[in-house]
Amino acid sequence: METVFKKTPVLTDAVMHYCPGCGHGIVHRLVAEAIDELGVANKAIAVVPVGCAVFAYRYFNIDSMEAAHGRAPAVATGIKRVNPDNVVFTYQGDGDLASIGTAEIVHAAHRGEKITTIFINNAIYGMTGGQMAPTTLVGQKTTTSPYGRDKEHCGSPIRIAEMLATIEGSAYIERVAVNSPGNIIKAKKAIKKAFETQLAGKGFSLVEVLSNCPTNWGMSPAESMKWLEENMIPYYPLGVKKEV
Amino acid sequence: MLEQNIFAGFGGQGVLLMGQLLAYAGMLEDKEVSWLPSYGPEMRGGTANCSVVVSDEPVASPIVTQATNVVAMNRPSLEKFESALLPGGNLFINSSIIDIKPKRTDINVYYVPCNDIADGLGNPKVINMVMLGAFVEVTKCVDVENIVAALSHKLGAKKADLIPLNREALKKGAEAARATK
Amino acid sequence: MTNTKKQLMKGCEAIAEAAIQAGCRYFFGYPITPQNDIPEYMAAQMPKVGGTYLQAESEVAAINMVYGAAGAGARVMTSSSSPGISLKSEGISYVAGAELPCFIVNMMRGGPGLGSIQASQGDYFQATKGGGHGDYKMVVYAPSSVQEAVDLVQEAFDVADTYRIPVMMLADGIIGQMMEPVEFTKKSEGRKLPEKTWAATGWDREKSTRERAVINSLYIEHEELQELNDRLQARYKEIQEKEVKVELYNTEGAEYILCAYGTVARICKSAIALAAKKGIKVGLVRPITVWPFPTKQVHDAIAQKSVKGALVVEISAGQMLEDIKIAVNGEKPVDFLGKPGSIVPTAEEILNKIIELGR
Repeated sequence: METVFKKTPVLTDAVMHYCPGCGHGIVHRLVAEAIDELGVANKAIAVVPVGCAVFAYRYFNIDSMEAAHGRAPAVATGIKRVNPDNVVFTYQGDGDLASIGTAEIVHAAHRGEKITTIFINNAIYGMTGGQMAPTTLVGQKTTTSPYGRDKEHCGSPIRIAEMLATIEGSAYIERVAVNSPGNIIKAKKAIKKAFETQLAGKGFSLVEVLSNCPTNWGMSPAESMKWLEENMIPYYPLGVKKEV
Repeated sequence: MLEQNIFAGFGGQGVLLMGQLLAYAGMLEDKEVSWLPSYGPEMRGGTANCSVVVSDEPVASPIVTQATNVVAMNRPSLEKFESALLPGGNLFINSSIIDIKPKRTDINVYYVPCNDIADGLGNPKVINMVMLGAFVEVTKCVDVENIVAALSHKLGAKKADLIPLNREALKKGAEAARATK
Repeated sequence: MTNTKKQLMKGCEAIAEAAIQAGCRYFFGYPITPQNDIPEYMAAQMPKVGGTYLQAESEVAAINMVYGAAGAGARVMTSSSSPGISLKSEGISYVAGAELPCFIVNMMRGGPGLGSIQASQGDYFQATKGGGHGDYKMVVYAPSSVQEAVDLVQEAFDVADTYRIPVMMLADGIIGQMMEPVEFTKKSEGRKLPEKTWAATGWDREKSTRERAVINSLYIEHEELQELNDRLQARYKEIQEKEVKVELYNTEGAEYILCAYGTVARICKSAIALAAKKGIKVGLVRPITVWPFPTKQVHDAIAQKSVKGALVVEISAGQMLEDIKIAVNGEKPVDFLGKPGSIVPTAEEILNKIIELGR
């Protein structure tokens, strides 16, 4: 019998804690497959965040470090400076990266730190129970914006990929989405490209992944994918923002 | 021996260096030494001072509050530190720019016209070495040759040509101290 | 007679040099007065020894870089002064929780808030009782001379590696800014350091002989968290038994015992000399490790029959005072002299206070 698909060995057999229909599982698989295909699992180090992906070290079958909330790029910097041959990546959500960790991500990019960041933008805080994130869309209802995000009161959603693309030290920045098979294939290519950028020593690389949160958005998984396409992609346009 | 010294002046007079050279010379003689600068906003343009202890015993407090010797390179320094001197202590006054006399009568006072002597040597920068020459002559705290050795170390090979000028400044300072007695 | 083995060095620079000689090759820091001579020295010297100096974007980032480097198995340090240490405290708690070794220097300045840049001892509680969240401890060394600081640096790195904990040098700005003669001759005390088999350096799922490294302080099941804490507490107990350092100066048969650490202890020694001239026999207990605290030595020095009372001297509102009182346990009167506003007590003030106690 011919094997047409098997799970990448860069993921452990641990049962993931993510909610049904959540995009994190997809992105974990894409990251693990990219690492496997590039043959760098034995030198890859994951730096995982505080947020829904806080247990990601249970799933990535590689050496891992848990970082304090928002500090993953600083932790990754320390690792990479000690062992430049390691392939170091951070996996961060939008609360972690775009709110409490803005200084660390901006300066890791600014230094041209040869690390890769996988940034999950699902427009909400998941782990803590659906609070407003810096990426929450205007009008979007969350537990801390119960009347919908008011631009006058708390500003407009932040576009991380575009912002980091303006920084001299960033070498590869792309925004992708995991709402459809086609987009998932593109996301995989982008993630692989980001790691290749690191391996080539070109500088900082980041892939912003638009993902869903059916639980906290209060939708079925299918509805959430539709919502992502209709509401997030128009505000957060997909594509390569920078490539050197 | 326990010499507790305060060197004080304004930024640019080489006050901190004076103290460092004394400490370094003391170290070369295997004495126990410490050098403590005042640091803070005053180091930017205002007064500068340092405490230097030279002793046969391990230095207890590096902070000098009861001084055996005080060097005042400008008037505010004299006004601030005259009271810190122990009775019988030595007060060195840069008489080129300090136009007042100390109030105390229980101390030894040496007037050294540092700026005038340095100008006479053709280099106003050496006022600190003039004063250090006077200081070493009076206190015998360290051998003046070790001050020269300390300066050589500080200047390095590149600026070794400055040594003769500084040696002359030390000598003129010593002469001035003897004359003032 | 000239001695050329010694160098006249500022405390900050000497500490930095000692760290390099102790094998530290990674330094992550952020500028703050009065400790800038440490990062400046590192910036100049690290490239010469194949090491890395990196100026972080913040104190917060710096300690997290330390966390990453320590997790990767490196001998690593950072330095700061009081407000910066507050910012690092979150990271220090994570370092402790993830059981990582590192070395942190705090050149204390006046507080609270932005405070002053003058010497202070206001961070004793922060250093010895926590600072960050959770039940963790650091070994905290409090040198009182530049030479002692140098000698303790090697020890600090070794102790950090032995117990997999963060170790702090708690010095005041005077130690950092003062120049004294130093010799870099102190060798490692011959500790057999454990191999860092836990470090995250890249793991080959087929060939690696070790388990997959997970550097982590998250233990979501309370039994697991209890296990971590039991492990830490056992280690802290061992440290309390083995790593206490204290200087007893003139304590035998003294009438009064002064208690002080760092620069203040040296001023106390000047006060002891002044007291001797007046025929008063005064001794000094100087904790060199303020954690683990030399509780027994403090007790024994003060509880002896000849002693009428103890005087704790600090540049603070009275922080070590509490540990002294716990040690003495009411057996003798314990008095305090000190001010929290960066004002360093003089030897004369200390003497006067002793005389006052005698009345």
